Amino acid sequence: MAELEEELKSQIIESLNLEDVEIGDIETDAPLFGAGLGLDSIDALELIVMLEKFHGIKIDDPSQGKDIFESIKTMAKFIRAHKA
Amino acid sequence: MKVFINGIGNISPQETWDNSKFLEEVISSDDNRLLCVEPVYKEYISPIKLRRMSKIIKRGIASALIALKDANVENPGAIITGTGWGCWADTEKFLLAMIDQGEEQLAPTAFMQSTHNTVSGQIAITIKCHNYNSTYVHRGVSFERSLQDGMMLCVEGNTNVLVGGFDECTDNFFAMLGRVGSWKKNPISSLELFNDNQQGTIGGEASIAFIIDSNKGENSYASIDAMTTFYKPESNYAVTQKVLSFLKSNGLSVSDIDVIVTGNNGDSLSDEVYNLVLQEFPEAAHTGFKHLCGQFDTSTAFGTWLAAKMLKTQSIPSVVKLNDVNKAPSKVLVVNHQNKENYSLQILSKC
Amino acid sequence: MSTRVFVTGLGTISSIGNNVEESYQSLVNSKKGIASMTRLESKHKRNRPIAEVNLTNEELANFANVKTLEGCSRTSLLGIVAAREAAVDAGISNELNSERIGLISATTVGGMGETELHYRDFIDENGQGTHLDYINSHDCGESTQRIADELGMKGYQNTINTACSSSANAILLGSRLIKHGILDKVIVGGTDALCKFTVNGFNTLMILSDKDTTPFSAHRKGLNLGEGAGFVVIESEESAKGKKIYSEVTGYANGCEAFHQTASSPEGDGAFQVMTEALAVAGLQPTDIDYINAHGTATEINDLSEGRAIQRVFGDNVPKVSSTKSYTGHTLGASGGIEAVYSNLAIDRKTIFPNLSFEEQMPELGFKPQIEVVQDVEVANVLSNAFGFGGNNSAVIFSKV
Repeated sequence: MAELEEELKSQIIESLNLEDVEIGDIETDAPLFGAGLGLDSIDALELIVMLEKFHGIKIDDPSQGKDIFESIKTMAKFIRAHKA
Repeated sequence: MKVFINGIGNISPQETWDNSKFLEEVISSDDNRLLCVEPVYKEYISPIKLRRMSKIIKRGIASALIALKDANVENPGAIITGTGWGCWADTEKFLLAMIDQGEEQLAPTAFMQSTHNTVSGQIAITIKCHNYNSTYVHRGVSFERSLQDGMMLCVEGNTNVLVGGFDECTDNFFAMLGRVGSWKKNPISSLELFNDNQQGTIGGEASIAFIIDSNKGENSYASIDAMTTFYKPESNYAVTQKVLSFLKSNGLSVSDIDVIVTGNNGDSLSDEVYNLVLQEFPEAAHTGFKHLCGQFDTSTAFGTWLAAKMLKTQSIPSVVKLNDVNKAPSKVLVVNHQNKENYSLQILSKC
Repeated sequence: MSTRVFVTGLGTISSIGNNVEESYQSLVNSKKGIASMTRLESKHKRNRPIAEVNLTNEELANFANVKTLEGCSRTSLLGIVAAREAAVDAGISNELNSERIGLISATTVGGMGETELHYRDFIDENGQGTHLDYINSHDCGESTQRIADELGMKGYQNTINTACSSSANAILLGSRLIKHGILDKVIVGGTDALCKFTVNGFNTLMILSDKDTTPFSAHRKGLNLGEGAGFVVIESEESAKGKKIYSEVTGYANGCEAFHQTASSPEGDGAFQVMTEALAVAGLQPTDIDYINAHGTATEINDLSEGRAIQRVFGDNVPKVSSTKSYTGHTLGASGGIEAVYSNLAIDRKTIFPNLSFEEQMPELGFKPQIEVVQDVEVANVLSNAFGFGGNNSAVIFSKV
């Protein structure tokens, strides 16, 4: 079950060019924005592209992103729900 | 409109980011292209911001911070950048993705950073400067336009204005300009640029920031007494006449110029006019700079840097000499053109 | 450093008209230029309305009397049309080779419309063909130089790219050059052609609407892109003697919000700063402003930011506000120039243009935009806003003389 979470961490590091960050540095439950990784609104847009590129899910409304991208956990949950 | 250069930040294909050095060691290339020597950017920009920045943005911010520190200034009165081709790495990244991916799954960062005023904007964001901010993109006089506006702002009462020239030479950019005959056909050593008879020149890049002010600072390099530009003169002879009348209108004659810095770039057609101008200054020390930084739209900024450093250190590095005249620099004339279309002249003085 | 700066000529081309008069007729008849893509071959053709100039490149070239078509970008063609119209209007066509006359053009895309069709060929050493000519016309400055050459101009030339505030900054710089006594007359403005690069770029930022743009509406969904060019001729007091004068450039300001690369602050600090400063330069009170030609891109962030800033400056006395981008789409580098033409028309023709497609008032704002044409009204002072990426904000005030 944790495979998707690990995959997401790796994809985020790649998509957002987080050079000094390892998969082990990203906590599954930790907030991605503001605190935690400290991502911003530009990153949110990048994550929308990442979601389409790696998981085939297209988000048309950027405001949806706020909930989906709260943490790795919420992202994984959204992806699983979408694929079910 | 006289201003003083009170601080410099120069990231170029030489070790110029370190202001304590002055071409003691010279870096050359063998592939018709000179690429920047990069300082350690983490010393200037936080890793979290660095991660999405292309080279020109990192260089732009770092050179600005170096210049501000050099001038002992926290908040410049204005930020004005000049760039010929803008943030090319980001531009082509987005462009190629768009072409290759059929307009699908495109990521926004490269597009956002492709706008030509990204460097101006990012410098302002980094130091929280809300003052006047502009970016000039007029080909071979983009830097000169930034400098001229800066000088006007100083007359208007602004202080510590940041001006500069910023351009980058990516692999594809170099290839593209090669298609239209810009570069030497066969690779040469950059240090042989002025001796090579092939048409064309060599590519280059730099990010160079100056802090200028109407008043002399503690660390002043030189004053820029006057500058002018002109467009498509009728002949090479007309160029020499422009140079002489520029000196005259500033109360100077040929004999007042100790050192002349020209933008010779190794292309015979281009250099013909420089050599004609140089003939008017037989007593002056002749110097060139494009064998150290390459040819790019804002390369005059490197020439201005050279003039300023020579005036401050009272020395002429041997690597820039085009003749054997040796003089303690007091007044320097900088002459540059791009494609024999856009010309610029600057007079700098010891201060 | 004195002298007043006057506007003596106008020129424009956009989706709502090929010249000033046609544009004015569209403005007063609420006729917008936003429609489906016809010229651009983009994947987004069906669901991204756009505002195209209704002329092909060949037609533009004929229309503009262009001497050299090789390597001439669409951006240049649009610019030549508008700059020439402005020069003729100001009666300066026969003196354009003077060193005392300058050209400051703004553009964000330059020759990208052509580059994006050929870039793979540009960088591939086996690519061939005359389209390689377009390599030399990609950079922004080339379009300015092309306009200058077509018009026979030999003096000061400059090109500005500060994204969407570019041509407003051209007006600012031109005015200062005149006040410094460096130039007597300057053709100032901007030009931008539509291209897939910007369509896709704004689309990735998710601010490109799938329907006609609705500035200052509660449920706005973003902008429509447009293309065009707009130039005004500005002259010193001495130089403008005896000429028809549209307005005086009384106030201007530029600053950087330094908040974010693409977003403005929610309270509109940057917009507030430049509007306030422009008023101060003009020596005017907020109550002197009769009309605000807003930046009004209909993005969630801009209209909130700009709207709040307007309220902070004008308090309970917000003048009539409209975004003419509801007609022309967002013409990027040309927007400040096109909107300067419209601002001068407002003064000259005593007309205030509406904000089309308005739906519902924004709950955060205490005002809504002007939704009907108002004619035969005294328009003494117009504030024109232009805000760009990189937090670059500009405001210009034109005043009736």
